Amino acid sequence: MSTATTHDDHHDHGAPSGLMRWVTTTNHKDIGTLYLWFAFIMLLIGGAMAMVIRAELFQPGLQVVDPNFFNTMTTMHGLIMVFGAIMPGMVGLANWQIPLMIGAPDMALPRMNNWSFWILPFAGTMLLSTLFMEGGGPAFGWTFYAPLSTTFAPASTDFFIFAIHMLGFSSIMGAINIIATVLNMRAPGMTLMKMPLFVWTWFITAFLLIAVMPVLAGAVTMMLTDRNFGTSFFDAAGGGDPVLFQHVFWFFGHPEVYIMILPAFGVVSEIIPTFARKKLFGYSSMVYATASIAFLSFIVYAHHMFTTGMPVAGELYFMYATIMIAVPTAVKVFNWTATMWKGSMTFETPMLWAIAFVFLFTIGGFTGLMMGIAPADMQYHDTYFIVAHFHYVLVTGALFSIIAAFYYWAPKWTGHMVDERLGKIHFWWSVISVNVLFFPQHFIGLAGMPRRIPDYSLQFADWNMISSLGGFAFGLAQVFFIYVIIKTIRGGKAATAEVWEGSHGLEWTIPSPAPYHTFETAPEVK
Amino acid sequence: MSSSNGGYYLPAPSHWPIVGSVGMFLMLFGFASFLHGSSALVMSAGAVIIVVMLFGWFGTVINESLSGKYNSQVDTSFRMGMAWFIFSEVMFFAAFFGVLFYARMWSIPWLAGGSNNVMTNELLWPGFEAVWPTNGPGDLGGDYQYMGPWGIPAINTLLLLSSGVTITWAHWGLKKEDRTQLILGLMATVALGVVFLGFQAYEYYHAYTDLNLKLTTGMYGSTFFMLTGFHGMHVTLGVTMLFVILIRSMKGHFTEENHFAFEAVAWYWHFVDVVWLGLFVFVYWLV
Repeated sequence: MSTATTHDDHHDHGAPSGLMRWVTTTNHKDIGTLYLWFAFIMLLIGGAMAMVIRAELFQPGLQVVDPNFFNTMTTMHGLIMVFGAIMPGMVGLANWQIPLMIGAPDMALPRMNNWSFWILPFAGTMLLSTLFMEGGGPAFGWTFYAPLSTTFAPASTDFFIFAIHMLGFSSIMGAINIIATVLNMRAPGMTLMKMPLFVWTWFITAFLLIAVMPVLAGAVTMMLTDRNFGTSFFDAAGGGDPVLFQHVFWFFGHPEVYIMILPAFGVVSEIIPTFARKKLFGYSSMVYATASIAFLSFIVYAHHMFTTGMPVAGELYFMYATIMIAVPTAVKVFNWTATMWKGSMTFETPMLWAIAFVFLFTIGGFTGLMMGIAPADMQYHDTYFIVAHFHYVLVTGALFSIIAAFYYWAPKWTGHMVDERLGKIHFWWSVISVNVLFFPQHFIGLAGMPRRIPDYSLQFADWNMISSLGGFAFGLAQVFFIYVIIKTIRGGKAATAEVWEGSHGLEWTIPSPAPYHTFETAPEVK
Repeated sequence: MSSSNGGYYLPAPSHWPIVGSVGMFLMLFGFASFLHGSSALVMSAGAVIIVVMLFGWFGTVINESLSGKYNSQVDTSFRMGMAWFIFSEVMFFAAFFGVLFYARMWSIPWLAGGSNNVMTNELLWPGFEAVWPTNGPGDLGGDYQYMGPWGIPAINTLLLLSSGVTITWAHWGLKKEDRTQLILGLMATVALGVVFLGFQAYEYYHAYTDLNLKLTTGMYGSTFFMLTGFHGMHVTLGVTMLFVILIRSMKGHFTEENHFAFEAVAWYWHFVDVVWLGLFVFVYWLV
């Protein structure tokens, strides 16, 4: 394997300037930055939609928006957070960190890397443009079940379909790039089982993406032809089946939720050892657990469909398979805990977020087990209990890990330490408000409040109001986060190369901020 | 920068990706608008931009390759990229095959009262019996005839299998530096692909005019045309790529050691071939 790098332009040592730098860049750090900013802007847009939802649900009755627009908000909030905020956020971390962590000069296919990103703003524009179209935006939920999304959907749905095609195309190219980078660009001596866990989790995630994004493309293509060209995939009159849509969708959708959480596991597995000043407990079991979770994600998907009337044998199979996921996940939680056991712990901001992740993600994991039990799920299905569950895994899980990653790696990216006081304010503000926001949703869900409904009966009023107050506070906390980010970029205590006392790995051997080109001569890993 | 040759090549900033994004946006936004009554202008403009982008981007890559900027590590990245791209295509077809199997094994028998669906059949679709092919209990599209395997489809199978042989023969030619064999082999492969597409077009014409078999003919028509249609689109793409490497072979590109583009196209062509075998068995033969 070659250990040096050649460039097209031999005078191009630093970062070029101007807008075109960002549009035409082939540099993994630039592209990582673009992904992270895109994800953050989408987080704020999706968050604004969540504020509309919580405002409407503040009190029973219809106050703020009409029911169709409410449903548009729940739909677009979900789509934007999944495809616009969490996934690009994770890809941004991958772009910045994977080459730095494996000692590579850049991603394997840098031009394609640029394209993977630059499809996103166009796809996002297409998706958001549906809000301004006649008949309104998609209002059928982020899962776009047929026939709500076929027979009964507004005209803008066709634009939504093509936005999904573009997002899928971007994700597939990004995933191919990550696989080629990890397999082909590692520094000499960086064997697979020496790779940092963040790299491992993203490597496995990339396979999930390549396997399921094309299936999503197939699902929306069938929607398109059912809507416009007279096919009957999801129409019983022609021998099709609306439930078939759910099968195709969840074959994508279940691996998709692991696509959003596996890199989060990787982030947390980097942070906890640093601040516990110990090696990660059970490194190889972490790798195998990640791979097991990825494999299981393909064979459990119909647990989203327990109430569709599938044969009992199917329900039993999907229930048992689902519960099995608890085993590798528990291995991970155990390993994180064991890493901290008797460690020399300090609680800088990234560690706080990581520990909150372990606690709160585990709550989301446990509620997942509850609804994995088919007979119990008959009660939970389509209630706020589900909403509480997936927000615990996606907000206090995936999103918290991205925020933790910012606090952990920002000194490497910007050259400035993050103000610990501001970081801790952001942390406590977020972690308290997010629990005020989502924990009560367990109660109203178990009491029977359905999701995706703008009005509710009176017995749910108190907890909804508390939840909304938590929601507004959590939203404000992320506005405060903008201030923390900009302050860190513009100044602050200079960061050393190691940044953290207990840091470990190649990314901490280069100066902070990381030079525009790194590892042009590959480091030797012992 | 530390070495001028033999290192991993990192390309300079490129404007082709953003051109591709603009083209893709215009094409798809235009197509969706077209479906709702707008003219096809925006859509066509987007398609033209994408074609320009493909020429520009691949042209750049070919020039870089010819000027010796790629080492074997770059070649490996390209190979991995192509292999996993083909895997993603396999999964795309898997979705449609999955739909076909689901309909035949489960949803259609259930509509006819199978499993725990006696009352579904009794109340919603009385008298419907599970058969394949079917246009559903609603008899969508009216009476039709299905497409049997032993006419054109069998000939097409033969054509594609032969084209797998001719492209391998061309590859042998390339590896022993026999340019004539390379070019003749590629010409034969392109010709077989074009004839295949001609037969497919005729088959569609026959289905629409003589058999009343249409995209709107219920689940059978939907799966038949979507599976064979997407396959046909991939064959078209494959033939286009074969044509490009034919022209490049005539221009003297590729050496016996260094011909990733040729191999990538060959892989893609074999993938298209294998998908066809699946179609022949499950769409045409097992009716």
